Amino acid sequence: MAIVLIGLNHRTAPVELRERVSFTQEAARLASEQLRSRGVLSETVVLSTCNRSELYGVPPESASSAKDSAGAMELFLATFHRIEPAVLNGSLYRRHDREAVRHLFRVAAGLDSMMLGEAEILGQIREAYRIAVDHGGTGPVLNRMFQSALEVGKRVRAETQISARPMSVAFAGVKLAERIFGSLRSHSALILGAGSTGEQVVAHLRDRGISRLGVANRSLQRAAELAERFGAEVVDWEALDSALVWPDTVICSVTSSEPVVSRVAVERAMAARSNRSLLFIDLGVPRNVSAGAAELYNVYLYGVDDLKEIVEQNKRAREAEVPKVELLVEEHVTKFESWQAGVEASAVLRELRSRLGAEREAFLREKLSGMLHLSPDDKRRIAALMDELLDRVLLEPAEKLKTVPDVRRRVRNLEALRDLFRLDQDKS
Amino acid sequence: MRNHLVLLTIISYAASLGGYVAFLATARRLFGRLGTLLLISGLVCHYLALLERSRWAHTVPYDDLYGSLSLFAWLLAATYLGLELFHRDRSVGVFILPFVLAVFCLAQGTQVAVPAPPPAQGPLLALHITLNVLGYAAFALSFVLSAIYLVQNSLLRSRHLGSIVWRFPALESLERMSRSSVIVGLVSLLVGISFGVLWVNRIWGRYWNGDPKEIITIMILAVYAGYLWLGRTGSWRGARASALCVFNFVLVLFSYSVVNLYLSNFHRFF
Repeated sequence: MAIVLIGLNHRTAPVELRERVSFTQEAARLASEQLRSRGVLSETVVLSTCNRSELYGVPPESASSAKDSAGAMELFLATFHRIEPAVLNGSLYRRHDREAVRHLFRVAAGLDSMMLGEAEILGQIREAYRIAVDHGGTGPVLNRMFQSALEVGKRVRAETQISARPMSVAFAGVKLAERIFGSLRSHSALILGAGSTGEQVVAHLRDRGISRLGVANRSLQRAAELAERFGAEVVDWEALDSALVWPDTVICSVTSSEPVVSRVAVERAMAARSNRSLLFIDLGVPRNVSAGAAELYNVYLYGVDDLKEIVEQNKRAREAEVPKVELLVEEHVTKFESWQAGVEASAVLRELRSRLGAEREAFLREKLSGMLHLSPDDKRRIAALMDELLDRVLLEPAEKLKTVPDVRRRVRNLEALRDLFRLDQDKS
Repeated sequence: MRNHLVLLTIISYAASLGGYVAFLATARRLFGRLGTLLLISGLVCHYLALLERSRWAHTVPYDDLYGSLSLFAWLLAATYLGLELFHRDRSVGVFILPFVLAVFCLAQGTQVAVPAPPPAQGPLLALHITLNVLGYAAFALSFVLSAIYLVQNSLLRSRHLGSIVWRFPALESLERMSRSSVIVGLVSLLVGISFGVLWVNRIWGRYWNGDPKEIITIMILAVYAGYLWLGRTGSWRGARASALCVFNFVLVLFSYSVVNLYLSNFHRFF
């Protein structure tokens, strides 16, 4: 029951190469079927995201070695995507058994992601596994392995802070708004200008069900375009000062050498809104909101640098969680190995029992045929006694295999057993 | 038996505090739920301890410092639990439980007095005392919430966020929770005072004793009503209202300590 993984990710391959070897859902299904029908693997799961393409597999019992299987998988990956195998050289990594399991668990935990601890990867693993299950690509080993990986992903996010705090400037801005206003459902926001970060903020606000969204832009036409895209209302740029009365959050990303929102304008707006809290997320460089506005009562002003600092702090906080996550991953790797060793142990015992059973049959036939004075009843009794003896003989190793705590030792025991009783030769 | 219940109460409250601390530190829901469950078990044990005490005294336990403090601690914990369930926010439990524990332990350290004479008993007086203590407990809660608001607000305004900002409730939630506990406090204090007035009338045939406690309680009512009203106006909304709420509680503490022990003739321990 070897496990083989080959793949490449954002660390080992540039985006151009990752794009060339990525799999659509249909391609993943096709590749998985071909790998199995060609006898390269007996179980497969294809995991393909924008940052990684990985093939997980269990070679059939007849495979000569796991190394050969990995080689065949690599060749398949190249030919499937019509790429010269040499192009993939240096970008692909191989993992076997425990290392392959650990790799998947670390991916599920978000440790291998470009953005440490991101949550999206867990959904992608779930989807890849679902597709594999749907077309019968998985078996007992990969089923267990992927279910465990999903459990690791869930536990890691519930029990550690690896995914807790915002990691992008846009998300940090929205999270800040939530620290002030709580749920954003009954709140409103105004966007001044447009930039990619500003748009990300809007997307996050929309996700959180913000109730009212306004767009103001120097160009009315551009404002109308943006308003349509965001599902927002157009706010007249000339009447900007009076528009500051209603929103709870104002996101500014205007290219301007002078601030577009002055302290006086904010002061007037605060008086008009009877000091309801107002958060400015100022993404403009140079700043769009006059720095003096931050001194006003119930005004919260965050610039790009403040948000970057928050993201930096959060990154450090996430990094500090890595050892805890690694421990959790290790715990599940060991658990998986114990399960695997348990399955192998029972398989060996089954083989041993059937081999000894066959020996007993032959032995009885050979020895009892000459003992003519024994009645059929006596013969049956002797056969029953021998069965009992075999059970006793097998009881001890069976118990031992179950209770030896160290997995490696357990596996060595299995090897010794196979050697001793010539189990593998017997099978062939 | 009483000692067992007291011990169980302390253990439950302390374990609940542990749960809330772990919840704040790790953000794991399991710890939060554990904190709430242990708080409930603490409340039950505490209630049984109070029940035993009131059976012995044949009235609500108020006529000594022990009873008064213990009742205060119980009502504080119960009001907090109500607030937690109503607003579905557990992150301030860690700041309330130390108060509950401290007041309860303080109560254990005080002398247990002999039961009160018959005139100082009856349902009117019992309701008067229970509701007033509930009012003070609700004010204590709003004090803690407002203090957290002030800390959270100053962190957010200074833009130097530590890790704690992400764990505390949002400013608006804190404000809402504080306001709702002040409303609970005001209503129960008002009704409690009404029962007190009726009781005084029944015993002495007049409605007003001119006791310093009565005067300061009217002041407390006024400053909390002021908080509710000012908190809605432009110039006080937010941090200033919270600071006022913190200041108001100083008045409650003054009423509970100096006035009770040295100035009042009729209100000794509540």
